[in-house]
Amino acid sequence: MSEAPVAPPTASADPARERGIGLLVQPPQPRAGWRVLPARVVAMCAVELQKLRHDRTELYTRAVQPALWLLIFGQTFTRIHAIPTGGIPYIDFMAPGIIAQSAMFIAIFYGIQIIWERDAGVLNKLLVTPTPRSALITGKAFAAGVKSLIQAVVVIAIAAVLGVALTWNPLRLLGVGAAVVLGSAFFSCLSMTIAGVVLSRDRLMGIGQAITMPLFFGSNALYPVAVMPGWLQAVSRANPLSYQVDALRGLLLGTPAHLAADFGVLLVAAAAGIAAASSLLGRLAR
Amino acid sequence: MTEDPADRTAGDAAAGPADAVTCAGLVHTFGETRAVDGLELSVRPGEVFGLLGPNGAGKTTAIRCITTLLPVPAGTVRVFGRDAAQERMAVRRLLGYVPQQLSADAALTGRENVTLFARVFDVPRRERAARVAQALAAVDLTEAADRLANTYSGGMVRRLELAQALVSAPRLLILDEPTIGLDPIARTGVWDHINAVRAATGMTVLVTTHYMDEADQYCDRVGLMHRGRIRALGTPAELRQGLGERRRAEGTGGDALPTLEDVFRAVAGSGLDESSGDFRDVRSTRRTAHRVG
Repeated sequence: MSEAPVAPPTASADPARERGIGLLVQPPQPRAGWRVLPARVVAMCAVELQKLRHDRTELYTRAVQPALWLLIFGQTFTRIHAIPTGGIPYIDFMAPGIIAQSAMFIAIFYGIQIIWERDAGVLNKLLVTPTPRSALITGKAFAAGVKSLIQAVVVIAIAAVLGVALTWNPLRLLGVGAAVVLGSAFFSCLSMTIAGVVLSRDRLMGIGQAITMPLFFGSNALYPVAVMPGWLQAVSRANPLSYQVDALRGLLLGTPAHLAADFGVLLVAAAAGIAAASSLLGRLAR
Repeated sequence: MTEDPADRTAGDAAAGPADAVTCAGLVHTFGETRAVDGLELSVRPGEVFGLLGPNGAGKTTAIRCITTLLPVPAGTVRVFGRDAAQERMAVRRLLGYVPQQLSADAALTGRENVTLFARVFDVPRRERAARVAQALAAVDLTEAADRLANTYSGGMVRRLELAQALVSAPRLLILDEPTIGLDPIARTGVWDHINAVRAATGMTVLVTTHYMDEADQYCDRVGLMHRGRIRALGTPAELRQGLGERRRAEGTGGDALPTLEDVFRAVAGSGLDESSGDFRDVRSTRRTAHRVG
């Protein structure tokens, strides 16, 4: 049977130092207040980047679909001239929509990862750390944003190769990054919220597939809002993807956009998504 | 060594704030089921306390209340005097937690897995690398630190999870079935590392296990839980001796000293219990055993 030391941990620093683990008896100084949130966001984003560094397969396979959209759909419809685009080639018009779509596809299935983490015990372990649930969800949301951002860089590169006339203004590209991250934060929170309701991977996969295409076709990604029937215009106005595409189009192509409204809606949507997903996280912890 | 349990029985669970864990009148229900039904428990600082019991006894629910994963609807739970319902963040800073499942992220290296927990426990950047290296060294994973965790054996993953829990210098280490599915050599290895770190740091260890031999060998005291309450409490030797004396008094036992498993059977009964564990418990246990096996 093992001996139970009577001394408190701090008094046991010497044996720990002798064993070369002196730091493991000193609890770290806790961060307080507003500094907790950015620290957790950085921690979660670092994990996503480390995973992508070890295995880039997903990055390459996920690039196939947007490449096909641009290559086949984009080039074909550019020839047809069927969709009014305000004087720019159709492939240019749709490129921001495809960037937003590929980012959304990554984020909308992010809830599957959180259910996997629940099943593997990772989520419970993170919930036993000094991380408020809202900070954990915000960290996950921005980690999804980082993953989407890297995907967006790949799609922008493909679009540039296909001759899309994109801006290379660093400030505008920074805005593009912000729009991609905010949109992905919302869609990943939507996914994590659904995960908190359905609690199973299979159900979430089904719901994810059911809502992805309506979100995509119910936005201005492929055609301008003006050509939509009235009911679809209403759907498009309530769809955060439309605001993301509008911002991306304005920033990347210089077309008329409502950047303040677009970023305002994306910010509010991301905040609401974080609040909803945080409130349901407890269901996944049980 | 442990004190006489007669001095501090389960009934004195409302002991002073110096106790590592104090549960007093803890009740937790899931629908109609009272998973924990008036639990009284105190774990002393520096000891290895084993929480034993059949599936469905309420061990995991009690652990989840102590770790703040579940709310405390009735009764109180304190960790080193901190209220687990009111001071969640303060309690979490005192804990290191290793769940039953193999919870290391297979897509990251050992070092990255530990670094994540250093970050979420606010280890400053200037000492992060050194602290992570010490946690990995404490469990003999220095050489394998930069390999992906999916190349680790089951015993190595358990040691990695131990390093994740140790990096924040917890005062209370909570281990839920830490050796499930491991071969005897790996089990011994995990326990050797737990004991070595405990001896060096003085931390308290609260462990649930189904392996009676482990509880007998490594726990200073054990609490046998059944139907949501502690039914027997003391050192393994005291519990064995107590059952032996009862058997002799009743004339039902021979001269052989009972094992801890006999005590377990005497408390929990040996028949099949239809309410023991649910589908998710069994699936989780099998998945963990499969992954380490």
